[in-house]
Amino acid sequence: MNMSIYTMLASTLSMAISGAPGLLFSRRSMTGQWIATLLNLLATLLGIVALLAFVSGGYHSENVAWPWTLPWGGFAVGIDTITALFLMPILGVSLLGSIYAMAYWKQTQHPGNGRKLRFCWGLMNAGMMMVVLAGDGVLFLMAWEIMALAAFFLITTEDHNPCVREAGWIYLIAAHIGMIALVAMFVLLRLTAGSFDLWMTIHSSVPQGMAAAIFLLALAGFGLKAGIMPLHVWLPGAHANAPSHVSALFSGVMLNVGIYGLVRIGEIMTVPPLWWGATLLILGAGSAVAGMIFAVCQNDYKRLLAYSSIENMGIICIGLGLATIGRTCHRSDLVLLGLGGALFHILNHSLFKPLLFLGAGNILHATDTRKIDALGGLAGKMPVTADLFFMGSLAICGLPGLNGFLSEWLIYLGLLRTAIAAHADTLVWISLAVPALAITGALAVAGFVKLFGSVFLGNKRSAVVDHAHDPGAGTLVPLAILALGCVALALFPELIIRLLVSAAHAWAPQMIASTASFGSLAPLQEMAKLNAGLLIGGTALLLLIGIVRQQKIRAAIPTWSCGFARPVARMQYTGASFSRMMAQLFTWMIPVKPAVPPEGCYVPQPAQWTQDVPDTVLDRGLIPGFALVQRLLERFRPLQNKPVNVYLAYMLAILLLLLLALCF
Amino acid sequence: MFYNVINPLIHIGLLMAMPPLLPGVINKTKAFVAGRKGPPLLQPYFDIYKLLRKGMVISSATTWIFQAAPVVTLAATLLAGLLVPFGPFAAPIHFTGDLILFVYLFGLARFFTTSAALDTGSSFEGMGAAREVTFACLSEAAVLLGLLVLVRLSGSVSLTPMLLAPLAHRPEAPVLLAAAGLFIVLLAENSRIPVDDPNTHLELTMIHEVMVLDHSGPLLGLINYGSAMKLFVLSALVLHLLVPFHIGVPVADWVLFLVEMIAMAGVIGMVESFMARLQMRHVPTLLAAASLLCGFGFVLMVR
Amino acid sequence: MHWSINTPLVIVLLLNLFMLGVSRMRSLIYSAAAQGVILSALPLLLEKQIDLMIIVVAVVTAAIKGLLIPQMLHKALRDAQIKREVEPLIGFLPTMILGALGTAVSITFAAYLPMTQTGSSTLIIPASFSTVLTGFLLLTTRYKAITQVIGYLILENGIYIFGMLLLAAVPFLVELGILLDLFVGIFVVSIILNHINEAFSSLDTRQLTALKE
Repeated sequence: MNMSIYTMLASTLSMAISGAPGLLFSRRSMTGQWIATLLNLLATLLGIVALLAFVSGGYHSENVAWPWTLPWGGFAVGIDTITALFLMPILGVSLLGSIYAMAYWKQTQHPGNGRKLRFCWGLMNAGMMMVVLAGDGVLFLMAWEIMALAAFFLITTEDHNPCVREAGWIYLIAAHIGMIALVAMFVLLRLTAGSFDLWMTIHSSVPQGMAAAIFLLALAGFGLKAGIMPLHVWLPGAHANAPSHVSALFSGVMLNVGIYGLVRIGEIMTVPPLWWGATLLILGAGSAVAGMIFAVCQNDYKRLLAYSSIENMGIICIGLGLATIGRTCHRSDLVLLGLGGALFHILNHSLFKPLLFLGAGNILHATDTRKIDALGGLAGKMPVTADLFFMGSLAICGLPGLNGFLSEWLIYLGLLRTAIAAHADTLVWISLAVPALAITGALAVAGFVKLFGSVFLGNKRSAVVDHAHDPGAGTLVPLAILALGCVALALFPELIIRLLVSAAHAWAPQMIASTASFGSLAPLQEMAKLNAGLLIGGTALLLLIGIVRQQKIRAAIPTWSCGFARPVARMQYTGASFSRMMAQLFTWMIPVKPAVPPEGCYVPQPAQWTQDVPDTVLDRGLIPGFALVQRLLERFRPLQNKPVNVYLAYMLAILLLLLLALCF
Repeated sequence: MFYNVINPLIHIGLLMAMPPLLPGVINKTKAFVAGRKGPPLLQPYFDIYKLLRKGMVISSATTWIFQAAPVVTLAATLLAGLLVPFGPFAAPIHFTGDLILFVYLFGLARFFTTSAALDTGSSFEGMGAAREVTFACLSEAAVLLGLLVLVRLSGSVSLTPMLLAPLAHRPEAPVLLAAAGLFIVLLAENSRIPVDDPNTHLELTMIHEVMVLDHSGPLLGLINYGSAMKLFVLSALVLHLLVPFHIGVPVADWVLFLVEMIAMAGVIGMVESFMARLQMRHVPTLLAAASLLCGFGFVLMVR
Repeated sequence: MHWSINTPLVIVLLLNLFMLGVSRMRSLIYSAAAQGVILSALPLLLEKQIDLMIIVVAVVTAAIKGLLIPQMLHKALRDAQIKREVEPLIGFLPTMILGALGTAVSITFAAYLPMTQTGSSTLIIPASFSTVLTGFLLLTTRYKAITQVIGYLILENGIYIFGMLLLAAVPFLVELGILLDLFVGIFVVSIILNHINEAFSSLDTRQLTALKE
């Protein structure tokens, strides 16, 4: 009956126009914002109805196609399990972001850019939904471009700030380089498949070079959007400088769209070459480890969260790579675990990353600074935000008890299965990604302990903390909902097991039956019970502490810490000092430049030690590279600055040349 | 049938009762080697009991995390202990993939401990926390590589089958290499020499000791108990690699296990007596060496 | 040989050479207008059946090229108050010689191009190339902006001549389109000329290099 797809199209439409009515209202009124939020709510509700219809219809994919008047392609949209899975975060995070913005980015407080933000918010969400729904190459590219441009305007919301502008330019350049790669890829797909219909399987008679070119172009285009290193250069600046709920949308949802492309590219060959999966795996592992190392060394908490997104995308790529390798080697267990883990991690990431970014929005709103080392002791002033942020940190580190652990666990199990001797020996080397994942986990703990500890715990390091307070319910409710979602997935993974298996079946129909299950591969129910035990036990213990402490505490004094006579808040470890040891271990990757005070005076002068963490790929690689190209091209300057007559003479010369060529 | 019930009970009982014995044995060994008499074997039990009876003084800068950390650490270590098989007996909890849970439970404990250290707002604890998280990155790699050797060897991804794999199929070199690597990690994770000196409280040497400077009373008692339990659990793990002999009779096997654990504590005591603590900047090298040892073991298995 | 076609084309060729050598602006505009009127009459000579439509188009073309555009150019000339062209890059006489050489070459090489019956037997192709070359020469070697505009006009004339070959295939709408494009171009250029004059108090295009960064 196709009810699901039509409802989803209606939802997309509602999302697209959600910001438009606000443009008609005055800058000083909140009516536009109310309308936008309500339309967003409508879109999400329609989307949920559509998804429920899809699920209750037995996960059967639905397709609709209408021709249009443009010379190529047609309006073809379709929904299958993979699409449904990627739609879920878009619908959820956009609604929660809109609700958050009602309190965080009130129109009355931001008259200059509020309407623009909401307009582009609606367009971007609609663009993302259309990308995921698209069944035709030209429609895909159009929706992609809408999404990319809307994102640019969202990043540069506060364009009076030069850092924001610079971040926006870098993003725009990167997005369009990716666009070029994607256009080239779609052209090649059209040449091999014969039409713009999306995600058709390439016949195995297609020459190797063509298939390789398609894969590499897709990797470049989608990898740029997903933030795989070394194509991540736009991500930290964009996520850090955008308003917090926009960063939440970017990290939690937009990066997923890049991964969506990579998932679909894995489908186009029935038996892809081994190097496809291996490339994804290696890039993913590299992104994960390097991304988290960069994250640990950041001084700006939003940049830290942005680099942590790169790490999580790396983990998802590891899962995808594993699934692709499983496809090549006919190992259905690898496909199920790898793809299942990757898709599960996408859902998890869309829960805890927006939680963290919205929490960061609360911190920013209360203290007006993004520097970690200016904060401290916020847990006393903002207890609810602190507790929810702590929960998000536990989840993102993949620690047992919450949902992050489950998805990483699936990927681990898939990787470990390649080491089992009963199966092919060539795959054993893949299990070396296991230590890489483990290092990532430990680095994540380091990064988030640094973030949480320096921002919320300890004593305040500067006066900005003084007036901090927990913001109103409007900003706390979305955080609570996301935290609840994390807990729900941790306790009830059955909710999505069917979805994951069906998605794996859609991805590799010959290998995974629609009735497959994780079963003995990964006893998710057992883990869920353990999670429940940990969570319930943890809560019980906390209550116990609460009871016991009343009797046992004799006094509350300032920190003893080995008997310091006069401890000062400046003496406590800052975030930068916390990460200094890590930075020293990895100097070859992160050339951190501490600004060391001058030496050689008899009487020491007041000095200051600062640690500046550049993005190695951007600041050491790309910017000098571009400067070199600019210097080379400046040699051609003399050709350019001539009178008009000379330009015309150039044209005449070319014409004569062409004429000669025609003659002979 | 009877043994199916009683073995897990003995396991839990040993896990809860025996850990403080190990630091006692270690201290006695060190004293013996140094020509001293040393504290009584059961001293750690008395210390924990004394601490549990005392009152607490907490810092006004701390939050609930400070008080939750020792409890969570203990709970996580206890759960990890339930995953490791003692002797030839299966662990009370085992399922596919529990080795990852085992490793990550220690990560959970580390998260809480380091957060509690930063909670105090003191430079000492922050320093310890920074060192702890940095070294953890390297030791995690070593642990997982060592466990990879076992996965390959046993063909299973659950700790109980992995560690109880039949003796006849054990090639010598890879297992010994993995055991050496894991032993180094054990020393690092439990703050033993050569990584950290549990007896001194000098800034230069502290990693774990310094993180708990501000805990007092029952919380400190729980911390000591928890760290003893961590030593116990990790030693049980490494023992499977070093001494995979079983007698066959359950009672004898349990006694053998007890003897092996005490011997292990003695070996750690000997290592502590004959080695000096490494300079802090050499610790990453040591941990990298542990990773390499396990890695070599893995390569040998695969070749 | 179709004397009826070749004669106007010969006149066009001669006009090209004249325009390359003259320095007075008014003469230049008149010659360009004359060339335009002659060319507008060409379809009448080539077409087998002459109906109302062709006559209308010819008349309109003649009006635009012969009256409207020259009028705009004269107005621009009056506003700018210039009478003569300054000494061009390669001198008036050398330019004329170059133009003559180009005409000779195009007559010679026209035979090498794969063309239809009409093309190979008339002077259309050489005339077209020569006119285009003239236009380009004016554009590249002259400094006053108005001369460059006239060069552009002549360039369009050259293309128009070439279009005569496709008379059977090219519907009139396309010809009208070309005409409209020409008209609009001149219109816009007149405005720009005015602005250049205001900005630099002269129409010397060498002044425009002051705009470079």
